[in-house]
Amino acid sequence: MSPLDPKHGRHLLEQMLRVRRMEERCAELYTQSKIRGFLHLYVGEEAAATGVMEQLLPDDAVVATYREHGHALLKGTPMTAILAEMYGVAEGCSGGRGGSMHLFDMEHRVYGGNAIVGGGLPVAVGLALADQLAGRERVTACFFGEGAVAEGEFHESMNLAALWDLPVLFCCENNLYAMGTALARSESETDIAAKAAAYEVPAWPVDAMDVLAVERAAARAVTAVRNGGGPHFLELRTYRFRAHSMFDPERYRDKAEVKSWRERDPIDLLAARLRGEGGLDDGSLAAIEERVAAEVEAAVAFAEAGTLEPLDTLTRHVVSEPTGGLVR
Amino acid sequence: MDEGTLLEWLVAPGDRVHRGDIVAVVDTEKSDIEVEVFEDGVVGELLVDPGELVPVGTPLARIEPVGDGAPRASGPAPEPAVVTPAQGPPRGLPTTERTAGRILSPVVRHLAEELHVDLRHLAGTGTGGVITRHDVEAAVEVPPAPPAPSDPTSVPASATVLAAPDRIRSSPYARRLARERGVELLVSGSGPGRAVLAADVPDAPAAPPTERAGGMREAIARSMARSKREIPHYYLQTTVDLEASMQWLRAQNDTRPVVERVLPAALLLKATANAAARHPGLNGRWEDGHLPSSDVHLGVAISLRGGGLVAPGIADADLLSLDELMAALRDLTQRARAGRVRQREWTDPTITVTNLGDLGVDAVWGVINPPQLAMVGFGAVHDAVVAVDGVPLVRPVVVASLAADHRASDGVEGAGFLARIADLLQDPVALARPADAHTGGATP
Amino acid sequence: MSTTTYREAMRDALRAALRDDDRVFLMGEDVGAYGGCFGVSLGLLEEFGPERVRDTPLSEAAFVGAGIGAALGGMRPIVEIMTVNFSLLALDQIMNNAATLLHMSGGQCNVPIVIRMTTGAGRQLAAQHSHSLEGWYAHIPGLRVIVPATVDDARWMLQTALDDPDPVLLFEHGGLYGLKGELRDDLGPVDIDRAVVRRSGTDVTLITYGGTLGTVLAAADELAAGGIDAEVVDLRTLRPLDDETILGSVARTHRAVVVDEGWRSGSISAEISARITEGVFYDLDAPVGRVCSAEVPMPYARHLEEAALPGVGDVIRAVEELGFRG
Repeated sequence: MSPLDPKHGRHLLEQMLRVRRMEERCAELYTQSKIRGFLHLYVGEEAAATGVMEQLLPDDAVVATYREHGHALLKGTPMTAILAEMYGVAEGCSGGRGGSMHLFDMEHRVYGGNAIVGGGLPVAVGLALADQLAGRERVTACFFGEGAVAEGEFHESMNLAALWDLPVLFCCENNLYAMGTALARSESETDIAAKAAAYEVPAWPVDAMDVLAVERAAARAVTAVRNGGGPHFLELRTYRFRAHSMFDPERYRDKAEVKSWRERDPIDLLAARLRGEGGLDDGSLAAIEERVAAEVEAAVAFAEAGTLEPLDTLTRHVVSEPTGGLVR
Repeated sequence: MDEGTLLEWLVAPGDRVHRGDIVAVVDTEKSDIEVEVFEDGVVGELLVDPGELVPVGTPLARIEPVGDGAPRASGPAPEPAVVTPAQGPPRGLPTTERTAGRILSPVVRHLAEELHVDLRHLAGTGTGGVITRHDVEAAVEVPPAPPAPSDPTSVPASATVLAAPDRIRSSPYARRLARERGVELLVSGSGPGRAVLAADVPDAPAAPPTERAGGMREAIARSMARSKREIPHYYLQTTVDLEASMQWLRAQNDTRPVVERVLPAALLLKATANAAARHPGLNGRWEDGHLPSSDVHLGVAISLRGGGLVAPGIADADLLSLDELMAALRDLTQRARAGRVRQREWTDPTITVTNLGDLGVDAVWGVINPPQLAMVGFGAVHDAVVAVDGVPLVRPVVVASLAADHRASDGVEGAGFLARIADLLQDPVALARPADAHTGGATP
Repeated sequence: MSTTTYREAMRDALRAALRDDDRVFLMGEDVGAYGGCFGVSLGLLEEFGPERVRDTPLSEAAFVGAGIGAALGGMRPIVEIMTVNFSLLALDQIMNNAATLLHMSGGQCNVPIVIRMTTGAGRQLAAQHSHSLEGWYAHIPGLRVIVPATVDDARWMLQTALDDPDPVLLFEHGGLYGLKGELRDDLGPVDIDRAVVRRSGTDVTLITYGGTLGTVLAAADELAAGGIDAEVVDLRTLRPLDDETILGSVARTHRAVVVDEGWRSGSISAEISARITEGVFYDLDAPVGRVCSAEVPMPYARHLEEAALPGVGDVIRAVEELGFRG
């Protein structure tokens, strides 16, 4: 293993812990009915988003799924705005209009938050197309689950991106289950990286319980994409420790399986490595946890103090403001 | 009169009627008159069919008490002096349209019975709004509505679709117009399924009689005062032997269906029009001088149900055949009573006739309608003893009178005009023909 | 003024847009080398190059979604879906992204995309190639739906659509491409939110759009010969509908017939009829009539297709059924 800079390692740990603690708090808030609708938690998968985001620049774009709270947070969206959005108040990053599944933040180029499986891929292709036409060296990172590879939009998007050499980084978070359907029951070819290769897109499978592995792969891929290498594909092999959503009774998978994957908790793995290399001790870990806890509580307080949008603006944002008309 | 022809029933067996309701229209050879009932009840059996000529005193229908009881014969054909067209506002009828002279021929009546069509809800497409056989047959294509539960004796089918039989179907616009104009909606109209459309809503509001009469009374008063103030009237009269005319008329009407029969009034109007064409001193206007007219637009005095008298004109009356004049008279009367007279018809008359014969007066001395030059009056057609070739005979006669503007004509012309009318009425065959321009029929 | 065709007018519009704004590019199946399935983009590839006139694979969802993404990224894409029939493959992108991103993001994400589609029937192309679904799309908040029916509108509505910061769907009836007309070269961009009275009248309002405008005008001429003076309203936009023009006309004539090539049930004609009842009920002298396509997947045989589509005779009959004397 290559040496790990302790500071960087602690940074990665903190990033993963920020996502983890936020998601856990959301679960609690959901049971208190503060958060409603659907809630899809990223617990266990934090390394995937963390590793990739570290390699992106602020000006790069992210398109994600409905399990995107961590992606938005890591890309730069304040936790306050995320929690407020989950609460449905006007101070949310989407104005309270989107909710858990539709976090948007243009300041940090977070384009959702898409609730249609596979629906974000063509949009990511388009964002990349715009960069190419405008001569910008930006990367569009597109996150989706392995369930999306069954959708036609996946294949169309891969083909189009490859055909036109578009700067898209396709990040498939393969957590082995599309809601309740295991990969083997949904795909004739379960080697997902091989599917990408069929489109002449360079593709690498990655052990995404290891944030450093993700980071390494992402570094190579992002650099290649940014330098005109066309689209690249990362199959991030990960596992969600919790259910698909707060409604899911998890009848489709074995508790023993979950237990075994928990033994490879990415946070624990990194923490162990850091400790082993002297980059982390109880004190520094506690400090991190304290910082993270404070951030989470501040975000909850912010959301709790949020305001509900007045009813008379119900039909806002159907057309653009202020004129709803001509803008050259 | 001693006999009359029933023209039309305005009620059907099972209808509720109230004292004063008009239930039938009868032809008395001079005009149509309305028959009213004098008690409340439910119409039982109709005893006389439209088209039937019956002696005065014949029971026309049975009126039964509401709910039960022995039937009572009621409604004999009245004396003309008792019942007049200007009797008073009709009660119990929602529209003026229904009380216009609509005729139900026996064919129509039988066909309606066979095909279960409710004639009350049918608008006629024949001349003058008459229901034709085609109308009845066309109404059958519309699926029948169930009979109203409160009306077990009524004809089971109705020409209106989907609505309760006594509900008026009308467009929202028609309803709004009716509301704004203060008129009642018609029972049926010209729309699909006999729906009432905007075009069916009468123009002028049917104001309550006192109100309407008030307004009109004032206008008439002003006109009469002006006439007497400005026009130097002179008066002449003559008695006209109507033997030839009445005989001819009877023979004609015997062979005609009821819808095509001619009233004596039409003959009188035709003779007046033809005569007026030859007498410019009596046909035209006075406006700072005598303006004779080469056209004869014959004003006809028509009494209105709410009270009041109007005198719109029949255009080119001298050029019409008798049948055409009769049809025009029917149409004008109906529309005048419904308030749908055209502007032109008010302002164009060149001479006016007033015929109060059915009221039983012998002669009428009219007041000229300014700016016209003359007013012709006819009294009742009545039997009188006349000397013919030195022998006393009983003949039908009528007194024709003339009130004329002495600025435009003198007694000589006036006498000649009346004499011409009398002459024309001796040759009804010639009179009945459509004229070439201004020959008038009889030789000068 | 010049005489031209609807097709050429649309091409002129595309050319002007590509020329005047570097952000504009055209993308779709066979728009480049083939010259456009209906010949609309003929010559544009040669003039502007393959980056700005892009042939796509047969991937409606991907290239419509890419158009959306490109619009989010600052471009002004014109996406051509060959026909509305194929747009169903991209319905998710159109409805769940194009129409919805602005709202879901709380006003952050404009999607200034123009999607052009050919629509309609009449060329014996049978059930899967003959749809008129512009009425369906008019159901969706967040979209504009425009339907140019004249040469002038074909030339001048596109620019306004491109200038709009929100998604615009532009439907071109397949039967209109050969339409010849006088083009007003100097008109400039026209509004895309108003209907226009193409023929003034007093007795009945005939409301239609797109490919059926010609049919309705012909019916109006025949009705005039029979003494019925019809007013013809060309909707030009299905979303938003121009209530003011529609209701104003019906309030004057008191009668309306809507002519719509979609199927009757749940169609845009039903929407218009409902609005007329809501808006001018007390001015109606007859129920609102509708002439729509027969409720059957479009048959191939010519006589059947003709019978299924709204024709001049159908319009006249519908007017007569209103039951008024002219």
